[in-house]
Amino acid sequence: LAHGAGGKAMRDLIDEIFVAGFDSPELTLLEDQARFDLSNLNKLGNRLAMTTDCYVVDPLFFPGGDIGKLAVTGTVNDLAVGGATPLYLTCGMIIEEGFPIDDLQRIVASMKSTADSAGVRIVTGDTKVVPRGAADKLFINTAGVGVIPETSNIQANRAQAGDVVVINGYVGDHGAAIVDARGELALEISTVTDCQPLNDLITEMLKVCPDIHCMRDATRGGLATVLNEFASSSEVAIQLDNTKIPVREEVRGVCEILGLDPLYLANEGKLIAIVSKEDSESLLAAMQKHPIGKDSCIIGAVEESPQGKVILETGFGGNRIIDMLIGEQLPRIC
Amino acid sequence: MTLLPKTSTKHAETIRVRGIVQGVGFRPTVWKIAQQLGLCGCVSNDGDGVLIELQGQSLSIDAFINCLSKEKPTLARIDSIERERNEYIDDTSQNTASSFKIIESNQSNANTGITADAATCDACLSDIFDINFNNTPNNKTKENHRKGYPFTNCTHCGPRLSIILGIPYDRAQTSMDEFEMCPSCLHEYNSPADRRFHAQPNACPNCGPHVWLEDNNGKLVSGSYKKEHFKDPINDIPITKAALCISNKAIVAIKGIGGIHLAACACDDGNGESAIQKLRIRKKRPHKPFAIMAKDISMIEQYCYVSEKERNLLTSPAAPIVILKRRSDSIKNTSQLSNDLAPGQKTLGVMLPYSPIHHLLLNALNTPIVLTSANASHEPQCIDNNHAHKTLSNIADYYLLHNRKIENRVDDSVVRIMAGKPQFYRRARGYAPESLPLPKDFEKADDILAMGGELKNTFCLIKNGQAILSQHMGDLENYKTYEDYRHNLSLYENLFQHNAKHIAVDSHPEYISNKAGHELAEERNLTLHRIQHHHAHIASCLADNQYPLNGPPVLGIVLDGLGYGSDDKNGAPLWGGEFLLADYQQSQRLAHFKPVALLGGSIAMKQPWRNTYAHLQTCLNNGNGWDWVVKNHPDLDLVKNLSTKPLATFDAMMNQGMNCPQASSAGRLFDAVAGAIGICQEKIQYEGQAAIELVSSITEKAWLDSQTSAYRFDTKNELDPTPMWKGLLHDLSLSTPTGLISARFHKGLSNAIQKVAIRLAADNNIQTIALSGGVFQNKTLFEDVKQGLEKQGFTVLVHRHVPANDGGIALGQAVITAARILSE
Ligand SMILES: [Fe+3]
Ligand SMILES: [Mg+2]
Ligand SMILES: [Zn+2]
Ligand SMILES: [Zn+2]
Repeated sequence: LAHGAGGKAMRDLIDEIFVAGFDSPELTLLEDQARFDLSNLNKLGNRLAMTTDCYVVDPLFFPGGDIGKLAVTGTVNDLAVGGATPLYLTCGMIIEEGFPIDDLQRIVASMKSTADSAGVRIVTGDTKVVPRGAADKLFINTAGVGVIPETSNIQANRAQAGDVVVINGYVGDHGAAIVDARGELALEISTVTDCQPLNDLITEMLKVCPDIHCMRDATRGGLATVLNEFASSSEVAIQLDNTKIPVREEVRGVCEILGLDPLYLANEGKLIAIVSKEDSESLLAAMQKHPIGKDSCIIGAVEESPQGKVILETGFGGNRIIDMLIGEQLPRIC
Repeated sequence: MTLLPKTSTKHAETIRVRGIVQGVGFRPTVWKIAQQLGLCGCVSNDGDGVLIELQGQSLSIDAFINCLSKEKPTLARIDSIERERNEYIDDTSQNTASSFKIIESNQSNANTGITADAATCDACLSDIFDINFNNTPNNKTKENHRKGYPFTNCTHCGPRLSIILGIPYDRAQTSMDEFEMCPSCLHEYNSPADRRFHAQPNACPNCGPHVWLEDNNGKLVSGSYKKEHFKDPINDIPITKAALCISNKAIVAIKGIGGIHLAACACDDGNGESAIQKLRIRKKRPHKPFAIMAKDISMIEQYCYVSEKERNLLTSPAAPIVILKRRSDSIKNTSQLSNDLAPGQKTLGVMLPYSPIHHLLLNALNTPIVLTSANASHEPQCIDNNHAHKTLSNIADYYLLHNRKIENRVDDSVVRIMAGKPQFYRRARGYAPESLPLPKDFEKADDILAMGGELKNTFCLIKNGQAILSQHMGDLENYKTYEDYRHNLSLYENLFQHNAKHIAVDSHPEYISNKAGHELAEERNLTLHRIQHHHAHIASCLADNQYPLNGPPVLGIVLDGLGYGSDDKNGAPLWGGEFLLADYQQSQRLAHFKPVALLGGSIAMKQPWRNTYAHLQTCLNNGNGWDWVVKNHPDLDLVKNLSTKPLATFDAMMNQGMNCPQASSAGRLFDAVAGAIGICQEKIQYEGQAAIELVSSITEKAWLDSQTSAYRFDTKNELDPTPMWKGLLHDLSLSTPTGLISARFHKGLSNAIQKVAIRLAADNNIQTIALSGGVFQNKTLFEDVKQGLEKQGFTVLVHRHVPANDGGIALGQAVITAARILSE
């Protein structure tokens, strides 16, 4: 791609790759904005949800996914975990001069197919090509709009003593896959990213359990970070059982070699839900029926104290404080 | 009117005594001396210590001061005596002039009265074992009513910190509150002449707590839960039973002073599994050495060498675990200690009985016992009866419990004589919360709270020019320890009426103590001070030596594991082998050990080979050292072992800085060397194991040999082990004995440290050198560096009252903060 090619070239680029690639009626109109009929949205719920996120992952392509898939999944999931039905996305791209057209097309196609699978449409976008070195290959921003049904009230501050913590499968797959793909670390693992839209699973969850107290996707900072957010917002303690947290042997092995903690590794298709104990059985059953929830399980419980702390029972009676990291993970041992 | 000759003039004086003078039987001592000398007046406690009003012959008053210093109670410490002359009032109508009175404490103003738990005194031992009692001819059959009573104590001994709930320190504020004193105990308690005068935990079989023995299911084996039964004069039967269980190789949980221990026979009769093997398996503690308790010094001497100084430490009221050298010969006709007691070590941690329970137990046994804290792995010691059953159900066969609550957990202290003086490995029972007087002018600082480090955590309060260092608590990442930390923080704030205006934390942003300090500062709207880890180590050593507040900078040598460095982005983020130009306020990094990557961050602390690989790769052949090692020493075991590791991945990690923080650590250098010569190469089972076993491998002969054949280090800029590695690999290829390699490393490192120190001291015109950091707990290295520098004429400051390891840094954080505030 050439930088500064000006009006015609840029228009061609958008036409060719994006309009064709995303194939969305709103985008085909080439207006400066997408337009929605409010009465249609009104039927889906009583609140509008909106979110945005930037994607700068390196490398752009990794086992099981790419930056495009991630950009759609991430924003869809951010809407869905709040209980919203995701509907429309926008897409902004910053591309470094000289970026291969082929790769761009692959990424756009990946966004399109991910959006299709999640049942959302990419309705407007913008693209800038910047000089070499001004950006690293390709950055994507997506924003999303969804509608929240009246029945749901998911908030980080609603966890209460007696609740249980549910996850929809193995933690750390994405982090391990990325580390391997990025690092040329000669790890040779077969783990692929878990990058996947969660909205369909969440729809099924809300059907059997409309009153999910808290829910987030455990992306950057991993399981540990999300649980710390819940614990401090809700002023409760979260007690985890190390033997119940699903981690693939291979991911565990990679963590052992690299000295990483799987609880802090990023995921892109894992949600953590906190629900009452009474609801948890039916919820778990519903989740396990869904293809991306078949490994769902309960990994811990909410307790009254110590407020704001996440504690991992390590087996042999040990209890380790799992803290929110302020910076990178630096050894604390003297 | 005729004037009396000057020497016999009647005088009046007000005498102020500061130090540890409350709750230790100080006022009765004053009373006794005053009576003997025929002096009138009164004595009282207040917020500053003890206040004495005296009237009498001036010679007698001088004699009084003399006696006071000499005859002060065992647990007292006099920091200062100030005398002020008053007008003599000859008024017999006033109390003060006619007699000597002890004035009851006014609860609102006494606040320095909390002392450490103290080992049973000789007088109480005589009570327990009924010695010197039957001598009176007309009292032949009557036994001492405290014979065999396991809670005997007096003003000179017994529990203190472990049973206190708050101030003022009187019975109602201790876990003795639920035991009402019988008339006879109450009489003792109220008689100034009695050594149980105001002994808060005073008790006897008629009114005090009692012990019983349960089995693993909580079923009573001996004694009784009920109060009415413990008047039984054979109250020691549960203890005798427990002793029998121990000699039959059972593991018995024993509730003592500051916590519950697991006890097992320390000897091995050679028949089947020893009690210690059993204990190791059940406790999942395969290697870490166990400390033993022996009945008396002569029993200890069967197994260890005991110097005069070591004997004094063992028999002191603090009764710590003392690290002693094992005898190389074995004495005939004594039971042999199990080989599993302290594998890979030439030393042994030993203590004497320090509570009547222990005395009675050991008295019923012929062998020493292992006494290790009862806990699940990494957790703090159990202190509660029910909790003990829950946690120890897979470990203990029997439980020797009692009904006096342990309010505050206090671990056993660990001390070692190095270079002729005691050094703390762990400061807890018997020492905490004893205050340390700070040098002059520190009393001008506001109240300060320093939060301490992460491992071996202690915290420190500064108030009125005294530093109060908490007992050792441990690794804050463990939630139970953290809970203990919060508990003790509020306990100490209450006990010492401390009202922090400033909070000091380690600058490591991920330390749990740092985060707790942030929260506290925010909550109370206080100023937060971030203190660099190694500056805190050195400042702690300065305060430990009463170094003056505005004294000139010293050269600080910190040999440490890891600490957060400066925020300087160009430096290694983690420090650990540092030469600092430091005073209380400032520190400047003059030189340091060569930074090497920590392969995989924290995990490198547990797997010495990671440090071996990182060191070899970094130090040799311009960053491609492993190829060089493989090429030049292909047949080494080291090469064979490390080749099975995913080395390509480690190279990539190091090249990309992927979870590979650079660290100028002294501790990791020891790990690297141990790993290279096959000591704990794969992993360590407890902190410091590799370094401890490395130094243990040095024989006397090897040490002598090494004096002329030590490895060389580069010392031009950083302290660089490159030449050492070449020498070491060469020695390995010659199959040089491990002990000799270790000796050459230790001697070489000591030489290098001295060389750097001498150069830096000359450059900066410095005469005083301070040593700190956990690596200086290595006796061989410590003594060689200290003696070497002293030979060069330097004044060498070393730790005395607080540990050189991270257990001491809270004190450093506190004094740095005080010094900075005072300079503003
Ligand atoms: Fe340290
Ligand atoms: Mg997001
Ligand atoms: Zn006594
Ligand atoms: Zn009594």
